[in-house]
Amino acid sequence: MEQHVPAISLRDATLGYGDRILWSGLNLDVEPGEFVAVLGPNGSGKTSLLRVLLGLRPLSSGTARIAGEPPGRGNRRIGYVPQQRAIDAPIRGRDLVGLGLDGHRWGTGVSRIRQRRQRVDQAIAEVGAEAFAKAPVSLLSGGEQQRLRVAQALVSDPDVLLCDEPLLSLDLANQQVVSALIDKRRRTADTAVLFVTHEINPVLPLVDRILYLVDGRFRIGRPDEVMTSETLSELYRTKIDVVRVRGQIHVVGAQSGLCEDQTHHLHEEPA
Amino acid sequence: MDKLFDFELMGRLLALPYVQAALVAAAILGLLAGVLGPLIVSRNMAFAVHGTSELSFTGGAAALLLGINVGHGALAGAVVAALVLGLLSRRSSDHDSVIGAVLSFGLGVGVLLLWFYPGRANSKFGLLVGQIVGVDFASIALLSACGIGVMVVLLVIYRPLLFSSVDPDVAKARGVPVGGLSVVFAVLVGVATALGVQTVGALLVLALMITPAAAAARVTASPLRATVLAVVFAEASALGGFILSLAPGAPVSAFVTGISFFIYLVCWTISRLRGRSARGAAVVAVPVPAQ
Repeated sequence: MEQHVPAISLRDATLGYGDRILWSGLNLDVEPGEFVAVLGPNGSGKTSLLRVLLGLRPLSSGTARIAGEPPGRGNRRIGYVPQQRAIDAPIRGRDLVGLGLDGHRWGTGVSRIRQRRQRVDQAIAEVGAEAFAKAPVSLLSGGEQQRLRVAQALVSDPDVLLCDEPLLSLDLANQQVVSALIDKRRRTADTAVLFVTHEINPVLPLVDRILYLVDGRFRIGRPDEVMTSETLSELYRTKIDVVRVRGQIHVVGAQSGLCEDQTHHLHEEPA
Repeated sequence: MDKLFDFELMGRLLALPYVQAALVAAAILGLLAGVLGPLIVSRNMAFAVHGTSELSFTGGAAALLLGINVGHGALAGAVVAALVLGLLSRRSSDHDSVIGAVLSFGLGVGVLLLWFYPGRANSKFGLLVGQIVGVDFASIALLSACGIGVMVVLLVIYRPLLFSSVDPDVAKARGVPVGGLSVVFAVLVGVATALGVQTVGALLVLALMITPAAAAARVTASPLRATVLAVVFAEASALGGFILSLAPGAPVSAFVTGISFFIYLVCWTISRLRGRSARGAAVVAVPVPAQ
């Protein structure tokens, strides 16, 4: 029997900067096709977790595997969707998507030009971006840019999709469009999704499990297990109320730690 | 003014070997500037190029004083400057102030070195505004070798370089060595800038490195088309400016900057006219999915 391989696997993983431990003893398996949201306040190490999986920083201890390999720079089986940021360089959407396919390759790539065009066209069609793929990215709306970002991540046909706040600064309609595209991908291609966000509601219907990080403590489980007053009060070590209103979840009582609806802080992080 | 259109004189001058050597030099420079320009514009490096070109003047001045080839000195100065600027200013927020600090100090050193030099004022001035007609065959050989070297390196690293120039965060996530590439690119820019200093001078190198690419970026967002256009614009400025300067014996740099700025104005006008008609078309409705 073929041995079962999770898309992402963390064993007793610890990450810290100097004396400060972001999280420790983290055990997490993300299965192919599974959608896992990573939640938590600022500085809880959500983005750092992605950086570990991308091979951009090492774990302090423990092991990590992603797409069947230890994290290393430029694993081709990982797609990455960043948060929306202004791009002022003169470039078109389809060029951005094309860079997701072969932007890491040395040489001219002239021999593959036809195949490249096909795959880029296909990825653009999958996110419904044909109408604006040839316009300069700087002229596009945030929602249009993020659709192209999804195409850029999917064009290389990844097994794992790492998303870093991809819905940030989008309006509600575009949040739904972008998260639906990501959801479609994991359902049709069995791609595992690790989705860092500070806002659970836009992806709540899609999420299989949540990893909630607070001050080095964490909880992993289904949304109805983690998003409860009890669990979050325990994590934050203060009285937290989780209120469900019309299918949405609102977390009350963690003003200092939680950053729901606060988007400005992320731009202060070094690029 | 009559001299400007004295085609007979222009023709006679064009037949001279040293004029032809200068034309070859201008053509190589135009090609390099056109190819590097769009990347420089994407990386917001116009000021870094300016700083590099001024510091190649310092290198040239040092070479003059030491009695070695001024071209080699300028090349060394530009590469050192590009490396220093590339290594000191990884963070874009303090990029400009680092360049400003390094640049002013370097220029001061250059001025001091020129003051020490006991030779003619002419050769001092040449470093600042260019003396393409002084290009000899040894310089042409150096130019060609550097030009070919820059082009080959660029062909190999082009895609990762473009990726890290326009989209550094995702490029990093995809394993592109963004930091290393910025150092390599700084060296390429340093070499090309030093070559530019020989022809249009340190003060006007921007006219070939930046203006054609900035003009191209006004009319297209495709990296390939922008590169082709930038090469065409840079060649038109470099060759056109040089040929026009022949008959009146006027400074090359005045014509080169004049032509490149004219092209920029035309492209700017085109983009304004287009922007007015295309703004409506660029807005695309986003379908709202069924709940």
